[in-house]
Amino acid sequence: MASRLRARPLALFASLSLAVLAACTPASPGTTSAPATGAQPTNGASGSLTVYSGRSESLVAPLIERFRTETGIDVQVKYGDTAELASTILEEGDASPADVFFAQDAGALGALADEGRLAALPPDLLERVDSRFRSPDGVWVGVSGRARVAAYNPDLVGETELPSSILEFTDPKWKGRLGWAPTNGSFQAFVSALRVLEGDDAARAWLEGIQANEPRVYEGNDPALSAVAAGEVHVAFINHYYLMRRLAEEAEISARNHFFLAGDPGALVNVAGAGILTTADQADAARTFIEYLLNDESQGYFAEETFEYPLVPGIPADSRLVPLEDIESPDIDLSDLSDLEGTLALLREAGVL
Amino acid sequence: MSSIRVPFGSPIRRLHGVGGSRAAVGRTPWLLVALGLAVALLSLLPVAYLAIRAVGTDADALAFVLRPRTLGVVAQTVLLAVLVGLGSVLVGLPVAWLTTRARVPGRRLWSVLTVVPLAVPSFVTGFAFISAFGPRGALQSLLEPLGVERLPAIYGLPGAVLVLVLATYPYVVLSVRAGLLSEDRSLEDAARTLGDEPRSIVRRITIPMLRPAIAAGAMLAVLYAVSDFGAVSLLQFDSLSRAIYVQYRAAFDRSLAAVLALLLVALTLLLTLGEARLRARARVTSGRPPRHPVEPIELGPWRWPALAFLGTVVGLALVLPAGTIAFWSLRGIAQGERRDLLGAAGLETLLVGGGAALAAAALALPIGLLLARHPFTLAGLVERATYVGFALPGVVVALAVVFLATSLVPAIYQTLFLLVGAYSIRFLPQALGAVRASLLRVGFRAEEAGRTLGDGAARAFWRITLPILRPALLSGAALVFLTVVKELPMALILAPIGFETLATQIWGAASEGFYARAATPAAVLLVLSAASVALLLRDERNAR
Repeated sequence: MASRLRARPLALFASLSLAVLAACTPASPGTTSAPATGAQPTNGASGSLTVYSGRSESLVAPLIERFRTETGIDVQVKYGDTAELASTILEEGDASPADVFFAQDAGALGALADEGRLAALPPDLLERVDSRFRSPDGVWVGVSGRARVAAYNPDLVGETELPSSILEFTDPKWKGRLGWAPTNGSFQAFVSALRVLEGDDAARAWLEGIQANEPRVYEGNDPALSAVAAGEVHVAFINHYYLMRRLAEEAEISARNHFFLAGDPGALVNVAGAGILTTADQADAARTFIEYLLNDESQGYFAEETFEYPLVPGIPADSRLVPLEDIESPDIDLSDLSDLEGTLALLREAGVL
Repeated sequence: MSSIRVPFGSPIRRLHGVGGSRAAVGRTPWLLVALGLAVALLSLLPVAYLAIRAVGTDADALAFVLRPRTLGVVAQTVLLAVLVGLGSVLVGLPVAWLTTRARVPGRRLWSVLTVVPLAVPSFVTGFAFISAFGPRGALQSLLEPLGVERLPAIYGLPGAVLVLVLATYPYVVLSVRAGLLSEDRSLEDAARTLGDEPRSIVRRITIPMLRPAIAAGAMLAVLYAVSDFGAVSLLQFDSLSRAIYVQYRAAFDRSLAAVLALLLVALTLLLTLGEARLRARARVTSGRPPRHPVEPIELGPWRWPALAFLGTVVGLALVLPAGTIAFWSLRGIAQGERRDLLGAAGLETLLVGGGAALAAAALALPIGLLLARHPFTLAGLVERATYVGFALPGVVVALAVVFLATSLVPAIYQTLFLLVGAYSIRFLPQALGAVRASLLRVGFRAEEAGRTLGDGAARAFWRITLPILRPALLSGAALVFLTVVKELPMALILAPIGFETLATQIWGAASEGFYARAATPAAVLLVLSAASVALLLRDERNAR
């Protein structure tokens, strides 16, 4: 008797879990989806489009929902970290269920392209954006852009004190006042751009100059922005939209964006982009999807909801931003991995990574 | 031949240094051995994957990986592991003792609150710490009127150790609680009648008795510390785990990441050797189920420092992160942030966590029996193998599972079955530690007695040993549950498409800087975890 009483909570826990299992399994969209059906690298059974999105759900879910209703295409999205999803696709090999890879940065698309995993896109899709913002081989296309800026704390730095070129931050007067995120993809793309534009020696000199100013290292752009707002550092090199998003949650924040002059290596614009896998079994739907991301409405969505730059000409960015045409981003291949490896080597040499 | 060395009423002196109390059963149960080897094999699959990937590394890359700087990172990782292990015992042991053996006001509540921090994702704790104790954080602004312009930086080793100790001390608490609760009063009574002071009872009986449980808990803390990425990255501490992530994230270099991960595997094996030696030093068995649980003692005036201690631990490990979450939430509401519906994420989290907890407990029972009672040649291998998966960063295990599943068993790829299975194997050490410690403590005599009274082996086990193991099984299941509900990389990579846990929702929002949106799932995660802990502890009490 006593032991029966004792057994109850455990049994309750067990049966609850089982009940939840029973209740959830059929309802959960994922479990009925294709990969479970077997060895075929397809998801043909349900005929749905599978997107691996390194862009977070909070950014793109409304857009995907809109795509679903407007086109009637059944789309399944796997969200995750861009680099981890790229690695996942590489590990999956030919069995990958993914049709489209929607990446946060071009480097990850380049990693897939290097392994021959991305299929050529139709020229009419590619040509919707400027050549700076798409793959030179025509296997991926940029969808939205983000500019590199210096976020600064206006209580600690006067606007006039800020240089028009990022190169001038090596000045000793910035000692102890800088923050950066050297493991961040956007930062590394900037260093690659610096190497292409000014040469390896200049890039090394810049990195060493900044190192001499004892910058604080942050894991990402957002922690760096927080540090600026908290006055932990005075200036941090980040992407432009983190401030805009913070402003949407917090009216008062002690941080502003400083844009670099046109043509300066600091004025780099990175892109989030998409490509179609060579193993895609829904290639038509995949093209429709990428086309959808580049239509006026979606481009407007990126401007208004994620505060990024629309890449299709004619769609205005947020009015608080310097227009994309005025930034004159340096023209380099944003997905060039061989270049990225050189950049990583340089970062290691300079003791940054 | 059973070898219980401590019959009741024998001189307590004999408790010390009594070794070899493993109760060996005559025949080797081949079914258990086969199961153990199968689990070991599954646990080692990620290592096989790493070996495949590492083969592709060219010599230059290898030279890069094995340069002095990497060795420095290895040394730092060892330092972090050892400090977190020690810290988790220093915090966890008193917490476990106070919440089981002392009359602290609100003991039941403290029991729950001191365990819940296990479910707080370490990146949330790390973030909360930086916001609160960063050089220009909340604490500094409070102290500003006193002329404090900048606090010493918490970045680096001190911050990483602090955050990881707060994330892992519950391992020691849960493991040791099970030990304390299954101890029989008669041993301590015997010591008391022989004139031992309470303090020396703790030293001579309680601690030696708990040694396997303490070692098991500290080992989990150590393995967690070397696998963690969230806290070390936020607090800017270069551990091996962070170096592995850099290879994946910045360089897309799976080969170099694999070489570094193999280095981590080797390191883990060294660390587990240390634990095995610690555990082997002394072992005590009471030889029968605790018919007379130890009564909690009165603390008298000592209850105030005790309360202050518990309050500080809970304040830092739970209230601070929870407060940060509440702050995000309020700030979001003030800015008109829309309340996102949680959808099924809560239920799905419960489902995966519950499934993995049940599966891990179900595996821990036979394997714990195997390890505790049937020391066979390969037992050491089985045990070490289970540790390896837990010590590897989640992303490494997840990618290994992707590779192996798509090439060997594509039918189960991206199914819930695979995710829950991978969790139960990876987190098996958490359930195993408590079960094994409990079996070593309990010994074999009572079950043997049951058999001589005519019970069959299975029936004797079911009637006698299983009830004694209940607290250990429950705490093991609780550990697995709490770890799974906050786990991120495996959930992101291995879950079926469209399947979301609370942790993936928190990450999805917070990684983009949408903290207000992250707040709701984070709060639900904490409430869910607290409720589960409360349910399990209630059962623990009933089981007494």
